[in-house]
Amino acid sequence: MNDTTPETTPSQTVGPYLHIGLHWPNGPFVVAEDHPGGIWIRGTLTDGAGQPVPDGLIETWQADPNGRFDHSDDPRGAASYPGFRAFGRCDTDERGEFGILTLRPGAVPGPGDTVQAPHIDVSVFARGMLHRTVTRVYFPENTEANAADPVLSGITDPRARSTLIAEPATDGYRFDIRLQGENETVFFDI
Amino acid sequence: MTTTPQGNEKHAVPGYVRDHGTHPPLDYPGYGSTALRHPKRPLQLLPHLLTEVTGPLLGEGPIGELDHDLTRQHAGEPQGQRIIVHGRVRESDGRPVPHTLIEVWQANAGGRYRHTGDNWPCPLDPNFTGVGRTITDAEGRYRFVTVRPGAYPWKNHDNAWRPAHIHFSLFGRAFTQRLVTQMYFPGDPLFFQDPMWNSIPDEKARERLLCRFDYENTQPEWALAYEWDIVLRGRESTPFESEVDDD
Repeated sequence: MNDTTPETTPSQTVGPYLHIGLHWPNGPFVVAEDHPGGIWIRGTLTDGAGQPVPDGLIETWQADPNGRFDHSDDPRGAASYPGFRAFGRCDTDERGEFGILTLRPGAVPGPGDTVQAPHIDVSVFARGMLHRTVTRVYFPENTEANAADPVLSGITDPRARSTLIAEPATDGYRFDIRLQGENETVFFDI
Repeated sequence: MTTTPQGNEKHAVPGYVRDHGTHPPLDYPGYGSTALRHPKRPLQLLPHLLTEVTGPLLGEGPIGELDHDLTRQHAGEPQGQRIIVHGRVRESDGRPVPHTLIEVWQANAGGRYRHTGDNWPCPLDPNFTGVGRTITDAEGRYRFVTVRPGAYPWKNHDNAWRPAHIHFSLFGRAFTQRLVTQMYFPGDPLFFQDPMWNSIPDEKARERLLCRFDYENTQPEWALAYEWDIVLRGRESTPFESEVDDD
C-alpha cells in the first residue's frame, strides 16, 4: 500500500477505430452456439436522430442461471457454471446492430432482504462518447420479480422503466439502445 | 482487506468510489460527435450491488507470446521510433491490479490506422497492425513494445489534428472499474486544439493521461522507454448500505 492515494485515470472515447482494437471473433458468445438454453439478445444502437451507430461496442456482464458469479468478491463465494463466460462483447455493424448469445441469468440478492430480478449489466461505448454509459437488460416474463426489483422500481416514470425491459423475439430477445431522443434508454450513474 | 458482511446485511458488499470529477462529460460541444450521442435524461443512480462489484476476470485468457510486442507481428519491422510503454495498474486505494487484461490499439508512425474507415493520404505500413494486448503481472505491471504513433488529421473543426496517442482498454476486477482511455506523450504541441484532451474538466486529471519519458528503462541502441501508470476506481472504505430503500 502506498501512503498517498492515487487519483483515478480519466476516460476517453473509443474513437472511430475501436473495431481494430476491441473486436473479438468469439466476443458475442457467452456460451457456445450449441449450448442448451442459449438465447440471443439482439438490438440496434441508435443516436438522437434515430440513426444507427456503426462505431459502437456493447459489453455485457451477468449472473449465471443460478444467480451466481464466478468471482471471489461475491460474499456467497465464487461459483463457476460450465461453458458459461458471463461476459459478452459485440461491436456494432454498419446497421448499428449487435447480438450476444447467452443464458438467462438467475435472480440475484439485493440490499437487505430484497431480491434483484434477473438482469444483465450493459456497457455502451462509441465514437462520440467520451465515457461509457451503463444500462441493464430485464426480461419481460418476470413481471412480479421486475416489480419488486430494487433498481427497476427506483425508476418512477413507467415509460422510462420500460426501456430496460427486453422484448421477446424468435430466438431470444430484442433490446434496442437509444442514446438520446424519444424513448431514450435509461442509463445509470455507476 | 475485504469487509465482512454482518447480520441481515449478508449480501452487503463494499461499493467503489464514484470519481465523477475525473471524467469528461458525455455532452461536450467541442467534440461535435457528442451532440447526438449523449443521453439527455439525468443518469439514474445505480448502487453497487453484486453484479457491479464482480466482473470478468480475463487474466487467464489465451494471450500470444508476441501480443504485447507490436513490432514483431509481421515479417519485417515497422517504420518509426521504437518505444517501450510500461507502468502499473492500481486501484485508487493504492492496491495493485494483478492479472488483468489490457488491450491497446494505435495509428502507425505516420498517423494512419489499419482500419477501412481511415483513408487520409498517409501510407499504411505492411509491418504494422497497431493492436496489442497483455496481462498485468502479480504487482499490476504491464509492458508493451511498439512504435510511437503519429498525429493525424480529422474533421471535427478547421485544421483539426489529434495529438499522438495510444488507446488503452482495462477491466480491473469489477464491472464498476471498466475503463477505456488514451495515453498521450509529454510536450505534444497539439493539445490546445484537441477536444478529447480538453474535455477533461480538471487540468491535473488531463495530465494523468500523459506518459513520462523514462531514461532509466530506455534500452541502449534499441528503444526509448515511457512509463504510464493507470489508476482504476478503488473500493469505498465502508460497506454499501441499502441506499435504494429510501422512498
